[in-house]
Amino acid sequence: MASKPRNSINYGEFTITLLIRTAGYISVLFVLLISLFLIREAVPAFIKIPADSLFNTRWYPIEGMYGILPLLTGSLTITIGASLIAIPLGLLTAVYISEIAPPWTKEILKPLVEILAGIPSVVLGFLGILVLSPFLRETFNLPTGLTALTGSILLGWAAIPTIVSVSEDALNTVPASYREASLALGCTRWQTIWGVAVPSARSGIITAIMLGVGRVIGETMTVMMVTGNAPTMPDGLRTIILPIRTMTATIASEMGEVANGSDHYQVLFLIGLILFIFSLVINVIAFQISSRRIKRSERLLS
Amino acid sequence: MVIQTEPTEIILIKDLSLRYSDGNESLRNINLSIKSKAINVLFGPANGGKSTLLRSLNRLNDLTDVNQLTGEIWFNGQNILSSEVDVIELRRKIGIVFSRPVVLPMTIFENISYGLILAGMRNRVQLKERVKEALEQAVLWDEVYDRLDTPAADLSGGQKQRLCLARSLALKPEIIMLDEPTSALDPVSTTNIEDLLQRIKKDITIILAPHNTQQAARMADYAAFFLQGELVEWGEGPQIFGMPRNKKTQEYIEGRYG
Amino acid sequence: MDSKFDSSNARKHEKIGFAALTALSTLTVLPIIAILIYIVIQGLPTVTWEFLSQFPSDGMRAGGIYPAIVGTFYLTIGTALFSIPPGIAAAIYLSEYAPDNRLTRIIRIAMINLAGIPSVVYGLFGLGVFVIFLQFGTSILAASLTLSIMTLPVIISTSEEAIRAVPQSFRLISISVGATKWETIRKIVLPQSLPGIITGIILGLQRAAGETAPILFTGAAFFLPQMPQSPLDATMALPYHLYVISTQVPGMPIQIQYGTVLVLLGFVLSMEILATVIRSRARARRKW
Repeated sequence: MASKPRNSINYGEFTITLLIRTAGYISVLFVLLISLFLIREAVPAFIKIPADSLFNTRWYPIEGMYGILPLLTGSLTITIGASLIAIPLGLLTAVYISEIAPPWTKEILKPLVEILAGIPSVVLGFLGILVLSPFLRETFNLPTGLTALTGSILLGWAAIPTIVSVSEDALNTVPASYREASLALGCTRWQTIWGVAVPSARSGIITAIMLGVGRVIGETMTVMMVTGNAPTMPDGLRTIILPIRTMTATIASEMGEVANGSDHYQVLFLIGLILFIFSLVINVIAFQISSRRIKRSERLLS
Repeated sequence: MVIQTEPTEIILIKDLSLRYSDGNESLRNINLSIKSKAINVLFGPANGGKSTLLRSLNRLNDLTDVNQLTGEIWFNGQNILSSEVDVIELRRKIGIVFSRPVVLPMTIFENISYGLILAGMRNRVQLKERVKEALEQAVLWDEVYDRLDTPAADLSGGQKQRLCLARSLALKPEIIMLDEPTSALDPVSTTNIEDLLQRIKKDITIILAPHNTQQAARMADYAAFFLQGELVEWGEGPQIFGMPRNKKTQEYIEGRYG
Repeated sequence: MDSKFDSSNARKHEKIGFAALTALSTLTVLPIIAILIYIVIQGLPTVTWEFLSQFPSDGMRAGGIYPAIVGTFYLTIGTALFSIPPGIAAAIYLSEYAPDNRLTRIIRIAMINLAGIPSVVYGLFGLGVFVIFLQFGTSILAASLTLSIMTLPVIISTSEEAIRAVPQSFRLISISVGATKWETIRKIVLPQSLPGIITGIILGLQRAAGETAPILFTGAAFFLPQMPQSPLDATMALPYHLYVISTQVPGMPIQIQYGTVLVLLGFVLSMEILATVIRSRARARRKW
């Protein structure tokens, strides 16, 4: 029977396989590139600017003050505030969708959550400016509605879909036999959810929370539009109703106006590097948690 | 007058040893010859090495994690375990049918022409002829001739398995191997396949690893008993099942263990 | 007596608990519907054919948003061009070729990281590498390249999932009738996983279309007298346009802002709907 000449198969196959193998490493390539590049542009800032000036509380680039502490605390404030909203709401909604909701409700809720996930951050920021901010200002009698509170609410709510989808996946992979065993012992579904399902989905839920937090830290446009952009240090609990500024917003608003290679430019890259490292740490931890769990359950079920 | 000629050996397996990296189902020092144009049966309890041997014959083991592989398998004057062998061509000459009747997600026609097109056959007329021929050989033509362009997934289990057979037959192989081909089928389909094999054995060598001893006894022209990776006994079918020489073979056939 | 086993109490707890969660989830999700309705109501009157097809005038305070729409369109296509081929190739590698070892694990960690990097950091990278170092300048090219790196992880992970979903038995059969690995991928695996791959691509592009931070300093411009003539020109884009008109233009009519929001949201959400439709239709027609 006629068969294709071996040579042409081998050549073509070889080339394609080579291309595919190269492409496989592309993520590693880019992570390396990005980190190298950030380091390259940020390190001069470390060298040029004395540490006590860098870790100062005044961010005033026009006068050469590059204290990044207010930016760090700004990001921290927003992250805590948003997490306080996103984690409980996200978790509980995930539990509801995967354990309690009847199928027709699921069909409505899941697409809605996905829609929320798809709303661009600039749209959320827009709504924050026009709707949420005036509302909060009037309700709480504040001097301005562009505060950490506004940002926290908006960001927290926007991070919910991330937490919901990953948690829901985790809850869905809990073996039915676990739940059945609990119910067979006479526990109610409610007790089964909190006594069996959630604990065994623990690592997936933690992963979800970490990814949600990562999303909050990295959010740029929304915070830029609604948090007031004032690089101030926190002032006790009052901070929540004060304007603040995050690291992300700083980079976004000031990068357009800096001279290439200037001190300001390099400090902005430094801030970018800090953000990059934060997200790296969070993601690696989340990955370790989720993969360790797989190995353990493989052992359990074998 | 029928002249009885001594059946030739189409495959010669010499000192074949194989081990998977996870330690499962390995082979130890197998020396076996496969008789041409006959039904060669490999039987024995599970994990005895039968499937491994089959997959070694068409180099499907290349896809798995094999830790250690020594020995030779001679076919058509070549040691097919050597790296110079054209495995693609080998797989066309030695076809295989698996225990689960899996069809490709295409039409009936496309399922069968798939291998032919890969082999370089382009002529539409030729393809149609080959497909018809293969389906007739597999005794499936009459049931599907009017719906060749419908999805193969719509066929019944027995029909699917005959389709899998036709898929291999279309390539005009010298050998067809069947690994527990009727384990998922009902008795009627099983009989269909068994009759089919008896018919085509005069043109194509069959290597069959049945899933039970009764099928082995029914079908074997030659039989080889495998136990935990070793070849315990080999001989002509009636002799092995009637008067096995080895005690372990006898006990297995009698059902003392399994 | 342990009250946990007192069934009437437990059942009461359950009722309260279920009710609370139902209320909570509804309250969490309700604003989404409210937002959509609100935006539609406020924005729809503005979105006329003229709005979609005309240039802005009077310092963006009047007229249409045509160049921003086209700009977003260009950026989306550019992102697709640069992210789809390597994305699918990487997915094929991970699902068909990658061995189960440390190196592969590193690839996966890298991918997750790439997915989690703040979008503004991508903007920084894009600025430094594409705009400055490679001297593309503030351009569609630089912005598209930046966006495509961001989109890669989404495409790779959804494509890999789709490829893995194809039953292993198909591959085995294909090889056993004499196909090579690549022939098997090309003729069976890819066609069968195509709907999933396309869904992933659309979802990735949807995200890219709505992002502002990565294009802020790599390609987006606010006031352009004419349409971009080449990939090396800067362009207007919907998300950036929205940002500027809602924060930096005094006297910006509210209707135009809402109209722009509606167009952006409509664009992004229709991509999402398209992806969902493709996914569920493929699932329904699947023969395995």
